[in-house]
Parts: sequence; structure tokens; C-alpha cells
Amino acid sequence: MDHIFFFYFAGVIAVTSLLVVALRNPVYSALALLIMFFHVAGLYVTLHAEFLAAVQIVVYAGAILVLYLFVVMLLNVKAEERYHDQLPVAGLLGVMLCTEVVLLLIQSRTATSVSAAPADPVTAAGNTETIGEVLYSTYLFPFEVASLILLVAMIGAIILAKKDLLEGPSEP
Amino acid sequence: MEIGLRLAVSLAQIAAVMGVVMLTVMVLTLAERKVLGWMQDRMGPMEVGPYGILQPIADGLKLFFKEDIVPAGANKFLFTLAPILALVPALIGFAVIPFGPSLTIELFGMQIKPFVISDINIGILYILAFASIGAYGIILGGWASNSKYSLLGGLRSAAQVISYELNVGLAIVGVILLSGSLSLVKITEAQAGGFWNWFILSMPFPQIFAFVVYVISAVAETNRVPFDLPEAESELVAGFFTEYSGMRFAFFFIAEYANMILVSCVAAALFLGGWNAPYPGTILEYIGLERIAWMENVVWFAVKVYFFLFLFFWLRATLPRLRYDQLMRFGWKVMLPIALGNIVLTAIAAYFFPR
Repeated sequence: MDHIFFFYFAGVIAVTSLLVVALRNPVYSALALLIMFFHVAGLYVTLHAEFLAAVQIVVYAGAILVLYLFVVMLLNVKAEERYHDQLPVAGLLGVMLCTEVVLLLIQSRTATSVSAAPADPVTAAGNTETIGEVLYSTYLFPFEVASLILLVAMIGAIILAKKDLLEGPSEP
Repeated sequence: MEIGLRLAVSLAQIAAVMGVVMLTVMVLTLAERKVLGWMQDRMGPMEVGPYGILQPIADGLKLFFKEDIVPAGANKFLFTLAPILALVPALIGFAVIPFGPSLTIELFGMQIKPFVISDINIGILYILAFASIGAYGIILGGWASNSKYSLLGGLRSAAQVISYELNVGLAIVGVILLSGSLSLVKITEAQAGGFWNWFILSMPFPQIFAFVVYVISAVAETNRVPFDLPEAESELVAGFFTEYSGMRFAFFFIAEYANMILVSCVAAALFLGGWNAPYPGTILEYIGLERIAWMENVVWFAVKVYFFLFLFFWLRATLPRLRYDQLMRFGWKVMLPIALGNIVLTAIAAYFFPR
């Protein structure tokens, strides 16, 4: 049963990811991305990570993708041709990534089977609590670094938007 | 067999909840016009049936038989998809709302919770997630119509929904801090035993500010007056659904009212104790009718939800529409700091005085 769900979600994720880059109409691309986000969330649910699934949809589908659509509609791009001539670069990167994946797969085959799945601590204390505990103990440093980066980005956005404030009073 | 039976019970529950929601939408369409009428010293609809009570049925029939027009140059696929994308998220959120006490009954050897379709442990996040999807219907509907008014309505909606969703999310964090759970069932149970235990008033830190922020943001998220910029009729004809007619228009219409009911249910469950009566226990229990005590709880829930729905109408009759820059300034410079301050104070209070 789990396998059926996994292959369904994985298959749809793969297909829609391809559609995101293959479709000519940017609004259709955004919709394909939306479907992909939903199936990634579904994948999280099959792993009993409901909190991650919900956050995935709230943040990516609910905020970021709406912003994308906003820009696409504001610029009123019907079908963008400018970004469809990157075949050499994309091909090179694709080949490199594929080799990496194949190498990793071969290594994991030869290495001892994946460390047996650790006893599931998630179901014991609830998914949300577990994430909170781990985030503020084991991964405290990466968490703080990430928040610092976000803070820098926020300040950067404010400075870009409020340039005229720094350069003294400008004419109205 | 077991799975089939479970499926049948779940489907029956879903059908019951959908039926109640759709019935409430019908009642609301009439109630809104009646309440607005009375507030403006008019009668409201009076022609169809006694005192106009059959008006919703007449409206439904009219919309059902109306010609379905797809404007020339519209994107047919997205034009069809948008109303569905608006309606489904509005209805799907009711799955985690507890309408009554969380008792379980035995039926065919299965444990069934009759008053909540699915008590998942991230209930409130689930509602937030699908509420944010509802914006796609509006945005895509505005874009696909190939009309400048629709496009402007869709754009306004996109910006507005992102801004006010944030406030909704931050306003409920205080409640989550106090109750220690994301499940609406547990949040409601934590408020049992009288109105002084409701999160709007409860110690250690009353969530009254969060409540105000939530209600205002909820009005903005459902695109109701005074935040109905996406459909401002004096500027944009009808905003994002200018080009829609017939059943597709009805879908947008039902979605708006279903969203109103949903945010009212969430507000009642989070801040006003959900199905808990304002006094400890229930009266029916005291006089020895434990078996039907759930009726009193369900009635209390309905009373609270209808209070919020009345508030929606009341605001519509009272307030003029905000200007767009006022809307944004209010959202980001007034509501957001209040919500953030509430989180900090609630966290400090909850740390020193754990419930």
C-alpha cells in the first residue's frame, strides 16, 4: 500500500517538475508547480511528517507561488521565448547531475544496507513537538544561521525599497 | 468489508457536514439581504414566499438556468478551473472542525466520532494551508477572463491574501502556545468549564488582541466589506468575477460564503470555546439528560458561529471600503506588530504561569 502511494507521488512529482520547465505558458508552469508542491506534501504525509506537509503547502503553495503568479500576471508575459535557448548549459548541468546520482546509487548499493530505520520517535511525542525539540537542541546552530541569513535578506529588501530615505530628502 | 464500512461512515459524515454548510450558505444569502435591509430601514426581499424566505431557492434556480458565457480570448481551461479551485478549498476545511463534544460512539464495532470528520493532529495548519489555496481560484479566474477589470481584481486579491494570511497565522500562535496543540479538538477541549476559560479571556494571558487581529484579518481574507478590494464594484465592475455567469459565478459566490462560515467556525473554536457552553458543564446534564447533552453543545457552537456571521453583515452595513494603500498599511503596520507583540507576551506568560 505504502509503495503504491510512494510511486504515485514520486511519478507525479517527476512529471510535473518536467512540465514546469517544458510548458511555454508561465501560468501553466506555475500551476504544474502547484501540483508538484501538493504531491511533495503528500509524500511527507506518507512519512508521518504532517507538520512538514502543512508547512510545505502554507509556505510554498500559499505564499511563494502566489507571489510568482503575481509577477507573471503583472508583467503579463504570455509566452516567454527568452529563456528557451539555454540548452547547452542545461544539458551540461543535467549530465553532471545524472552522473552524480548514478555514482551515489552505486555506492549505496555496495555499502552496507542503510542503517536500519531508527525506532520511530516521531509517533511517540507527536510530529510537531519532535521537530521543535530537535530544531532548538540538535540543530540550534544551523537554525540560527538560517534565521540570520533571512534577516540579512530582509534588511537588503528594505534598503532596496527605501533607497531614497538613505540619500536624504528627495524631491517629491 | 471493514474498509468499505469505514468509507461509508466517513462519506455519510462528509455528506452531512456538506449538507449543513450548503444549507447555511442558502440561509446566509437571505439573511444578509434581510439584515442589510433592516439596518437600512428597508424590508429586504419580500416577494418569493412569505417574507421572502424562498428567495435563496429562486436565486439558485436562476443561476442554474442562466446561460454560461466564456468570453472571447479567455483561457478556457483556466476559466473553467478557477471556480472549482475557489470552491474546493473552502469546503475541504470543514473536515477538521469539531461541531460538538468529542464523544465516541460504537457503530458496527467501530469507534466513530460523530461531531468531527477527521481529528488530525495539525488541524489548524490544515485549514490555513487550504485557505491559502483558495486564493488561486480568484487570481487565476481574474487572469483567465482576459479582462482588465478581472485582472486588476485578481492582482489585488493576490497581494491582499498574502498580507492578511500572515496576520491570521500569527494571531492563532498565541492560542496554540496556550493549548499546546494544533488539533482543533484539543484546543476546544482545553477551554472547557465556563467562559473565563475561553482563550479570549483565559489566564495567564487573555488572547483578546489576537482575537481582534484574527477577526479583522478573517474579514480581509474572505474579501468582505470593508476589505472587498478584489471585487470593488465602484472601481472594477465586479473585480475578478466580472466575466463569470451562471453556475461558475455561483461557485465563486458559494465559495465566498463557505469561507465566511469556515473562518467563523475557526474563530469560535479557537477563541470562544467552540462547543463549550459559557458555564461549566451543560444544563441538560444537570437535570439528568446526559444522553442529549450534546444538543446543547451543538447549539452553543451554532450560536457563536452565527454571531460572527452577523458581524460580517454588520460590518458591511456600517463601514465604507478602504483604499488600497490604507489596506496594505493597516495590515503591515498595525495588525502585524500587534500580532507579533501578542506572541512575545503570550510566550512569556505561558512560560512563567503554565496552565
